[in-house]
Amino acid sequence: MHNDNRKIADEIILRSGVNPRKCMKCGKCTATCPAFDRMEYHPHQFVYMVETGDIEPLLESKSLYTCLSCFACVDRCPRGVEPAKLVEGVRNAVIRQQGKNHMTADDVPGKLDSDLPQQAIVSAFRKYTK
Amino acid sequence: MKVSYFPGCTLKNKAKDLDVYARKCAEILGVTLEEIENWQCCGGVFTSKDEVATKLSSLRALRYAQDRSQPLVSVCSACHNVLKQTNYLMQNDQAFANKANLYMTSNESCDPYDGTTAVYHYLELLRDVVGFDKIAEKVTNPLTGRKIAPYYGCLLLRPNSVMQMDDPENPTIFEDFIRALGAEPVVYSMRNECCGGYVTMEDPDFSKSKSNAVVNNAVSFGAECVVTACPLCKYNLDKNTHTIPVVYFTELLAEALGIKEDCDNA
Ligand code: SF4
Ligand code: SF4
Repeated sequence: MHNDNRKIADEIILRSGVNPRKCMKCGKCTATCPAFDRMEYHPHQFVYMVETGDIEPLLESKSLYTCLSCFACVDRCPRGVEPAKLVEGVRNAVIRQQGKNHMTADDVPGKLDSDLPQQAIVSAFRKYTK
Repeated sequence: MKVSYFPGCTLKNKAKDLDVYARKCAEILGVTLEEIENWQCCGGVFTSKDEVATKLSSLRALRYAQDRSQPLVSVCSACHNVLKQTNYLMQNDQAFANKANLYMTSNESCDPYDGTTAVYHYLELLRDVVGFDKIAEKVTNPLTGRKIAPYYGCLLLRPNSVMQMDDPENPTIFEDFIRALGAEPVVYSMRNECCGGYVTMEDPDFSKSKSNAVVNNAVSFGAECVVTACPLCKYNLDKNTHTIPVVYFTELLAEALGIKEDCDNA
């Protein structure tokens, strides 16, 4: 493992306030996650991979943008790990870098339909863009 | 009573009816919604607590209500979620509160926000301040015999440690509201599962499968209509399912209070 990976993982832990060591690997977060079948890495894997510093695959994964922020994993984890906050922490580690936004203003017109509520656009921007 | 009202961007645009019904019904129920001057968009989602800037619009609204000693009320589930989570952070994280207040006080001659504003979703206002029994008394057009499935989605209930609206896995506030209007609530298992949320912009098929799972489940329990407080839930359910109508809870309230037509003509 590169030292850099450990450092990035530790920063994510610090910024998200999540302690992955509390996880008892029961898999309930993944079992309840509505996006689980769209994710290449599932919520419990996020927790384990950040814990062990296996961070590179996560930084490159589309799973970062598939999380719905539904907080089901947060409320249903029996150990209070709050996996969604870790997913957000990893996503932020990517999109806070220069030029790494997942969505730009230019992308928006192509994704609109006439009924789409403003709420969807501002939420996606908050989640995908810094 | 008077409350500070945060409508939010969607209620001024795609979800105008959610707002119009809420205001008119509140008047009948003895509550005046005083719209916050120059409110700013809540951002739709609450983001990581190491970001201060994304919390400032909520903080302004919280302080506006504090200055008037009023509760802060919103109708949109997303606005409520962001306002409530920001309030919680201000109350429970002193370092964050100090930092955020510094932004606020540096160019505005006001006191810092002290965390005392009570934040209510409109449904909570109906339950905890007005009282569902009082609403039942004011119903002139009971929705008798209608089988209505409440859709909580995610934002009203989670994270439960902060939202504290109801039991997050077995909530009853929406069901009790529907009963107060004279209708029959349909209890179904997917009522607090996600519709696909904002991911609908990137992956509409995904939202389609999530929304269909919710509505099909409601239909299988006999629902004739789904009711929601969230414009994005309504959009996802409306767009992706065409079996039963999806309406805002304030529209049902207006109908039961006998003012729906007035609102529609307003
Ligand atoms: S539910 Fe909690 S304890 Fe169980 S695997 Fe997920 S994070 Fe770990
Ligand atoms: S918040 Fe994200 S990771 Fe957690 S259950 Fe919902 S979609 Fe899955």
